[in-house]
Amino acid sequence: MIALSINGKSYDVDVEDDTPLLWVLRDTIGLTGTKYGCGIAQCGACTVHIDGVATRSCQVPISTIGTQKITTIEALAQNGKLHPVQQAWLDLDVPQCGYCQSGMMMAVVALLKEKPKPTDADIDAAITNICRCGTYQRVRAAIHAAANNA
Amino acid sequence: MTYMPKIDMPKINRRSFVVGAATAGAGLALGFALPLGSDSGRAADAVPEIDAWVVVRPNDTVVIRIARAEMGQGTMTGLAQLVAEELGCDWSKVTTEFPTPGQNLARNRVWGDFITVGSRGVRLSNEYVRKGGAAARMMLTQAAADAWKVPASECSAANSIITHQPSGRTVSFGKVAEAAAKLEPPKDVPLKDPKDWTIAGKPLKRLDTADKIVGKPLYGIDVRRPGMLYAAINACPVFGGKLKSFDEAKVRGMPGVKHVLQVGDNAVAVVADSWWRAKKALETLPVVWNEGDNAKVSSASIAQFLAEGLTAEQTFVGNQAGDAKAALGGAAKLVEAVYSFPYQTHATMEPMNATALYTSERCEIWAPSQNAEGALQAVAAASGLPIGSCDVHNTFLGGGFGRRGEMDYVRQAVAIAKAVPGTPIKLLWTREEDTTHDAYHPITQCRMQGAFDANNTLIAFHMRISGQSIAAAELPQLLQNGKDPLVFQGINPGGAEGVFGYNIPNLLIDHAMRNPPVPPGFWRGVNANHNALYIESFMDELAHTTGEDPLAFRLKYLKPKQAAVLKAAADKAGWGSPAPQGHYRGLAAFMAFGSYVAACAEVSVDGDRVRVHRMVGATNPGHAANPEQIARQVEGSFVYGLSALLYGECTLNKGRIEQTNFDTYQVIRIDEMPQVETIVMPDGEFWGGVGEPTIAAAAPAVLNAVFAATGKRIRNMPIKNYDWHSA
Ligand code: FES
Ligand code: FES
Repeated sequence: MIALSINGKSYDVDVEDDTPLLWVLRDTIGLTGTKYGCGIAQCGACTVHIDGVATRSCQVPISTIGTQKITTIEALAQNGKLHPVQQAWLDLDVPQCGYCQSGMMMAVVALLKEKPKPTDADIDAAITNICRCGTYQRVRAAIHAAANNA
Repeated sequence: MTYMPKIDMPKINRRSFVVGAATAGAGLALGFALPLGSDSGRAADAVPEIDAWVVVRPNDTVVIRIARAEMGQGTMTGLAQLVAEELGCDWSKVTTEFPTPGQNLARNRVWGDFITVGSRGVRLSNEYVRKGGAAARMMLTQAAADAWKVPASECSAANSIITHQPSGRTVSFGKVAEAAAKLEPPKDVPLKDPKDWTIAGKPLKRLDTADKIVGKPLYGIDVRRPGMLYAAINACPVFGGKLKSFDEAKVRGMPGVKHVLQVGDNAVAVVADSWWRAKKALETLPVVWNEGDNAKVSSASIAQFLAEGLTAEQTFVGNQAGDAKAALGGAAKLVEAVYSFPYQTHATMEPMNATALYTSERCEIWAPSQNAEGALQAVAAASGLPIGSCDVHNTFLGGGFGRRGEMDYVRQAVAIAKAVPGTPIKLLWTREEDTTHDAYHPITQCRMQGAFDANNTLIAFHMRISGQSIAAAELPQLLQNGKDPLVFQGINPGGAEGVFGYNIPNLLIDHAMRNPPVPPGFWRGVNANHNALYIESFMDELAHTTGEDPLAFRLKYLKPKQAAVLKAAADKAGWGSPAPQGHYRGLAAFMAFGSYVAACAEVSVDGDRVRVHRMVGATNPGHAANPEQIARQVEGSFVYGLSALLYGECTLNKGRIEQTNFDTYQVIRIDEMPQVETIVMPDGEFWGGVGEPTIAAAAPAVLNAVFAATGKRIRNMPIKNYDWHSA
């Protein structure tokens, strides 16, 4: 059994040590908001926070997490109130198919923690998630909107 | 020319539908007698429907039925706007519901077809969904009038309120819905003039955003059923190859492994209690393939095969005027160039998946499909059960782009589920399986010839396409004496889908069909992508041959609607005025999927790095259900087109696709996103598509800008392969 802290709750999971966090979240625990896109750290669809750091969960063996705290898209809104990043996403209607957007928002939340007013160059460097629907223009606008509303 | 996807539904009541399925050129010939439904269907919570499209609950909430797939393109919101407009309801009370294809079949296909391809989600159903909304409004109004004992003609409906004009009495939709549901649907259902629209045609917010930002389980990959097991699959890496054997004993004891199965004749799957365990066991499983003859195929052998078609005698003619060959022979100036366009994979963000549950009485799947009715047929065929004992629950799609009109993953999921009766099975492909087992953007080469007379007037034009036919592989019923009419997308002599834009007296456009053993499929933009690239690049070459401005040159020959969008894009981009330092512009115009589109690209080139800074897109889709949604589709289509132009290429070695994942199949990310500005200029004269057409204009506009910047003409895609040190 491996003990995990996810979204403020404790879980014990019975999986092999090398199981990626992504699949523990999705299949073992049932938190399917975190998405699979590539499995090789290329696309960012699986991005979650581990102790506040944006991390591609497809590359994190479950045995390496220990007591670190995991946060997923499902816990971004608090007490029924959207996170400012989610609110900006809603205001600007960013998602198309929406599949990449959990990972996109988790990456952005982490960026804004580090750089509350990111420049376009900061965004280009930090947000390397893939969106095949091509929402990048609205992602950028929503990042600036979230930064200005915070 | 529009295309009909694979569908030949059995047991269709032809009284209510004249289904144009499987007839080429018929468009979507749903010439039906107003399918409003009479066998009172009920919403999920047992509130009776007004008609097949509209349910009004006692609390005034409106449920609008959506019979198309939502894959990001916003059709769900656009269709709801059209229904709500005619219904006259309060937009803030609108919710949506997807009927299943099984329900559709049981009700004589009251919702028409479910196919969501060819940019036709709105354009080909706009009329009957609007009638669905209008009929419901008339029935609600009639019910109110009956209760008041006044003529319905004295009553009007707006904002979910019916008002008796002479007395000022009012009642809300919810109060009369029950009575309205019992009325006969009206026979004559007039529609509003689009000029009077207040909901449709407006840039309203999407109905699905709130659900998509909180991680809700919306997609096929998120489906969870009680007792569900997970499957991972490998199909033979060589197309047409077969599964020979596998050594089940080697993985039997691995954690969670339940079954190891042959699937069809070319694949093997592992079923386990988690997908990761299934995938690990599959990676460990020794498998022997019978690769067959196609194992000899390579990109070089395919290129050679296609090159032969460039000069072949035997071709299919798609468009012809005057005598192009004679005019080319006697011309004062002849220009010739050869282009090529590679295989590309769709790479939807959500890999292929489906969840199936089979019992001896019934088979159901939960699947993200662009063709839920086709999926229903596939389920029936794969399960061996009558179609009436099957159903498909369509989820949101994590991208479609044409890939999810295919049925391979549906058949596989059902085959696996059939081997494990009573247990729901979620089949999920790895990204690697998805990349190497696609139905790829077809491969083509093209030889262009243009000729001028002594006055530098373009008098002849020959476009010879050599390459693959999607219809030959997927829809042979579309072929006309062997000819695939779809290959002439955007370059037809007439019709509503895509007309060649230039007036040239001697014209020949022909196709030498060459079908390599790699499955082709519908890929966002389809044949318009390479057709536009070839023509609009070459038009630029011709303009430079005579030293004319590429805009002025095009306008001399372009037809009016094509010219109008091109001028609009050029004007907004500042064509004719200096670009920012180091930036260069390029243009393209095209007609596809019933819409007129143009683009002006602004690029810089630094060494071998092409940067696209700005793209102005103009589209005349005839009507705009939601202009903001159209802007989103233009932005997205440019990203899809630019990824393809810069990086998109699948190559073959030993019969296998060499690219496997996003490390070897690159796409653009936010740092390469140009600023996109969209001009939506509907002229009200027709209904054109939105999701795909603009993609065709993106690549040639960029290539022409690259030429303006460097004097280098890139003719073989993608740009990443270009040798910048060549002359
Ligand atoms: S799934 Fe983890 S980065 Fe793509
Ligand atoms: S919104 Fe579809 S992949 Fe990003």
